[in-house]
Amino acid sequence: MSDIWEGLVQAFLLVVRLDAELIEITLRSLQVTLTALVVATAIALPLGALLAVRRFRYRRLTIAVLNALMGLPPVVVGLIVYILLSRSGPFGVFGLLFTPTAMIIAQVIIIVPLIASIAHQALRELWAEYHDLLISLNTTKTQRMRAILWDSRRALLTAALAGFGRAIGEVGAIMIVGGNIDHSTRVLTTAIALETGKGDFALALGLGFVLITMAILVNLSIHALGRTETEGRW
Amino acid sequence: MSGLLPLTVHDAVVRRRGKTLVGPVNLTIDGTGTTIVIGPNGAGKTTLLKMMHGLERLRSGTVRWAAPDAEARKQQAFVSQTPVVLRRTVRENLTYPLKLSRVPAAEARRIAGDWAARVGLSDMLDRRAEVLSGGERQKLALARAMVRDPKVLFLDEPCASLDGRSTREIEEILSAVAAAGTRIIMSTHDMGQARRLASEVAFILHGRVHEFAEAPGFFEQPATAQARAFLNGDIVE
Amino acid sequence: MIQVFIGLLAAVTLAATAAADQMRMAVTTSFHNSGLSDILLPAIRDDLGLEVQLLVVGTGQALRLGAAGDVDAILVHSRKAEDAFLAEGHGTHRREIMYNDFVLVGPSEDSAGIGDVASAADALQRIARARQPFVSRGDDSGTHKKELSLWAAAGQDAGSFGSWYRAVGAGMGQALNTASAMHAYTMSDRASWLNFGNRGDLALLYAGDPVLFNQYAYIPVNPDKHGHVKFDLATKLETWLVSDRARTLIDTYRINGETLFVFNATGG
Repeated sequence: MSDIWEGLVQAFLLVVRLDAELIEITLRSLQVTLTALVVATAIALPLGALLAVRRFRYRRLTIAVLNALMGLPPVVVGLIVYILLSRSGPFGVFGLLFTPTAMIIAQVIIIVPLIASIAHQALRELWAEYHDLLISLNTTKTQRMRAILWDSRRALLTAALAGFGRAIGEVGAIMIVGGNIDHSTRVLTTAIALETGKGDFALALGLGFVLITMAILVNLSIHALGRTETEGRW
Repeated sequence: MSGLLPLTVHDAVVRRRGKTLVGPVNLTIDGTGTTIVIGPNGAGKTTLLKMMHGLERLRSGTVRWAAPDAEARKQQAFVSQTPVVLRRTVRENLTYPLKLSRVPAAEARRIAGDWAARVGLSDMLDRRAEVLSGGERQKLALARAMVRDPKVLFLDEPCASLDGRSTREIEEILSAVAAAGTRIIMSTHDMGQARRLASEVAFILHGRVHEFAEAPGFFEQPATAQARAFLNGDIVE
Repeated sequence: MIQVFIGLLAAVTLAATAAADQMRMAVTTSFHNSGLSDILLPAIRDDLGLEVQLLVVGTGQALRLGAAGDVDAILVHSRKAEDAFLAEGHGTHRREIMYNDFVLVGPSEDSAGIGDVASAADALQRIARARQPFVSRGDDSGTHKKELSLWAAAGQDAGSFGSWYRAVGAGMGQALNTASAMHAYTMSDRASWLNFGNRGDLALLYAGDPVLFNQYAYIPVNPDKHGHVKFDLATKLETWLVSDRARTLIDTYRINGETLFVFNATGG
């Protein structure tokens, strides 16, 4: 128990001192994860809508694969991305290994199935409701996808937040592809792993509390954005 | 002017899970006025309307408009029995079909405002459509169906859950719309409403058109025993 | 919208963080945990204008990173593996830089009685005889390989040990955490042990046998195999690592008043 208390004290000290290193890795965590989130939602939401609206041959298989991929261990993703991006791998020429870009790629792969699956659930329900109307209005497939995406945006926000949560707390994959390099690819989670390895539980816990606080703040601010919209326009 | 009618239904059949829901149906709809589809519950009224509108896949036969398919789809509208409202404001519900047809935003707003006024939803334009009552939803769905000024309007039991006042309002709108030249094809099980609105009647039984006739004649002198029984309020099996 | 904006912002800032001279070096956890890198890296930056990015991994992974050309140089401590690495042509040459030593730690009551033995082999034999819990790295790292060679030298077959021998498959810090929680013996490099913050009941029980010395060597990755590696920077770094400046920093580095490393590079 005293460890947890020390962790809280450490977190508090880190924050009030505006520890330069803490700010750096916190911002990098946000940069990497938010970029990954933007890319992942840009892939996952249309994919979810496509799966809801279109009936194609391997649709069920795709959905099953997506659901299965949600449980994919990040370490495996990290290893695969590592092998692909390694200098001796197929994409080695780009020199992306051990850069934030590599971490973003890994996180995108990890959260796309999650976001797409959650989005698909919501979109499928709305599509069942809208089906006759949108077909009657003589909409194109793209217009249908756009309509259900727009009208289920609050559910999709939840899907995106779930993706954010998984990405921001992820350590296995980004440790492998990022390398946890100081001042370059170190983020909150890999720093926590590092401090735990050194047996500095207080600092590790402190960083953990900072991570939790940051995740809560991001969630709250995004929800607050949703709510202002509710009051203003809805 | 329309170029859409006549609508010719030829040996059309809709089957689902091995069961024939409708058909084979042979039917021609032309001219002006209102075709009322009546028949006992489960006779296939809804499926018939959806089939003519193109929401049901045909097992066999054809549903053919005088205009090419792509043109024909744009000039029809459909109001279902439990109206679907988009999870948006009333105004956005009304402008959505116009947006799809690339009507300029200002023009779309004006048309939406006009139709909201006609169905009595003017002061609810900025309300979320989900919070509307059943009657208000029905009026919204009707207005939304009308904003693109369709040549043919399908309605499935548009007043099934409405009180007298709302029913009267809707009937007035439908009469005006029909008078303005929109061809209406609508199902109902309110025989009073059928008599008030119909210019011709399709009596449906077991998924087939059992009798198809001009309205005054049908109500006075139905040709078949089943139609007579139905009009008398007897149970028709 | 806002997400897109933040995303763009992030992408822009990420692109803007490139320094003048950069190279990547894979080092072992034990080296990094010692804290010596925090002394050496700033000095290297000041002296050479060179930013060395450290990839802190086990020896096994460090060698793989070098073989794949994903780093420009490696600094490891496992002679056999290093020789194999060179034999396969992955590195240009091997340069010894410094050594530290391994220590045996365990629960302070020391029920196996290794505190007063004459040799490391003797200590390990006593642990095996007493069947006291022993935590092994089990991760194919340099430290793990060293531990296995010590068991072999003590006439023990680590493969046949019972459940008291726990291979945790983790880094040094994690292994120490585990040993602390299980009241187990383990072998650690001295630096990791001194810097370790969660000792609990653990104590340093045995050290000093020359077989426990741990030689660190620097190997630049072969530019003939990987044209993109920064061999010139790696050479520059090597020259610095064997210089008197490095000797002073390494020899005077202390934790709790204890010297950790002994500089032994030649021909600087």
